[in-house]
Amino acid sequence: MGLKEHVFKKSLWLFHFAGASCNNCDIELLDCLTPRYDVERFGMKLVGTIRHADVLLVNGSINKRDKDRLLEIYHQAPKPILTVAIGACGCSGGIFAEGYTNAGPVDELIPIDAFIPGCPPKPEAIIAGIVHLVNKKKSNNIKQNDKVLSNEDQ
Amino acid sequence: MKELFYFLIYPGMAFAATMGGLLSWFDRKVTAWVQFRKGPPFLQPLYDFLKLLLVKETIVPAKGSITVFLIAPMLGLFGAIMSAVLILLPAMNISAGFSGDVIVIFYLLNIPPLAYIMGAMASGNPLAAVGASREIKLIISYELTFILALAAVIYKGGMSVGLVDIIAAQSGGAFIGSASGILLFLAVIFCLQAKLGLVPFDIAEAETEINHGSFIEYSGAPYAMIVLTKYIMLFTLPAFVAVLLLGGLSIEGIGIIYSILKILGVVILLTLIRNTNPRVKIHQAMRFFFVWMNLLVIAAIVLSFYGF
Repeated sequence: MGLKEHVFKKSLWLFHFAGASCNNCDIELLDCLTPRYDVERFGMKLVGTIRHADVLLVNGSINKRDKDRLLEIYHQAPKPILTVAIGACGCSGGIFAEGYTNAGPVDELIPIDAFIPGCPPKPEAIIAGIVHLVNKKKSNNIKQNDKVLSNEDQ
Repeated sequence: MKELFYFLIYPGMAFAATMGGLLSWFDRKVTAWVQFRKGPPFLQPLYDFLKLLLVKETIVPAKGSITVFLIAPMLGLFGAIMSAVLILLPAMNISAGFSGDVIVIFYLLNIPPLAYIMGAMASGNPLAAVGASREIKLIISYELTFILALAAVIYKGGMSVGLVDIIAAQSGGAFIGSASGILLFLAVIFCLQAKLGLVPFDIAEAETEINHGSFIEYSGAPYAMIVLTKYIMLFTLPAFVAVLLLGGLSIEGIGIIYSILKILGVVILLTLIRNTNPRVKIHQAMRFFFVWMNLLVIAAIVLSFYGF
C-alpha cells in the first residue's frame, strides 16, 4: 500500500449533500459524529465546502431540481473523490422511485463507491459502510471518474 | 548558511511545524475528551497535511485572480515561519536577536491573516469575500489590544524593545506573578484566540454559516500550505506568550519540562475557551476588544506604573 493511498484513507473529510430527504438519514449521519460513535477516531470530519471534501455523502431522493445541483457539486469536487449513497432513497429512489419528480437513483447520475441501504440506516451500518469504503481496492479508490453525465446529457 | 538552517530546520519550518502538528493533535484530543469522545489518532495532523499536499487535486477558480490566489498561501507560510524564527531564536537562547525585534514580530504575525484576506479576495467567491471582510474587521479590533499589551510588557521590562531584554527582566520572576501581568495574560489570551481563528472569534471562517469563509475555494496543495501555516501559528503564538509573560522558554536540563508545560498550559486554555463558548457576532467581537479588552490593558498599564 503506497503512502498516498495510506494518508488518503487515514484522513477522509466528509461533505454532506442532502437531496429531497425526510431528514432521518441526515440525523443518523450526524449521530456518527456524536460521542457514542465518533468517526473522528478514523480521522474523519465534516467539512463545510466541497473543495475540502474527500467523500461526498448523498442521501434523500434526487428530484429534477436536485439533480443539477448534485452534478454541479460533483464537478466542483477536487479529485480523487469518493461517493456514498445513504438510505433507501439514495440507493434506489425508495418510495419515491416511481414519482414524476424523481430524477432516478444516485448511481445513475454519478459513480457511487459504496451503498448504505436502510430507512434510515443505523449509525453502525453507516460506520460499516465507511469501513467497507476505506478497505476497497486501490483501483476503485484513486481514479479520475470519467463516466459522469454532464448537465446537458439527460 | 546558518540563516537558512534557522529558517528551514531548527527553530524554523521543520521544528515549528512538527511542534504545531503535535499541538494541533493535542487540541483535537482535548476537545474530544471535553466531549467524552475518543478523538483522532496521534499522526492525524500529518495525515491531513500529506493528503492535501500529495493526493488531492488543486482547483483554481475560473473567475478569480489565479496568481494572487496561489501566492497568498506561500506568503502566509513565510510570515508564520519568519515570526517563529524571530521568536524562538531569542527564546531558546540560540542567538540574541536584535533591538526592536518585538515590533518586527508584531508586523510579521500580521502577514498570515493578510495573506488569507488576499487569497479570499482573489478567489472571486462571494462567501470568501464575506470571510475576508470579517477577517479585516477582526484584525482591526484585536490589533490595538495586542499592541497595547506589547507596550505594557515593554514598559514592565524596563522600556527595552527586545525579546532578550524582556526575558532577562523576568529572571527574578515572571510578569504573570503581578496583578498587571494577570490582566495582560487575560487580554493576550483572547487576542490569541482571535489571531488563531478559534471558536468565539472564528467569524471569518464560520463553517456553519459561510462554509469556511476565506478558505472556501482552496483545495489540494495550497490548502495544505494554509493548514501548515495554522500549525505553525498554533505553536508560535503560545511560545510568544510564554516569552512575554511566563518567563521565557529554556531547553537546558529541567527547563525543557517547564517550557513544554507553559506552552501546553496556554494551548489547553485556548482549547477550553474554544469548547465552552459559542461564536460571537462581528459587532460583539469588535465591542469586546475595543471596549473591554482595551480597558483591561490600560488598567494593566496603570497598575504597572504604580508598581503592582
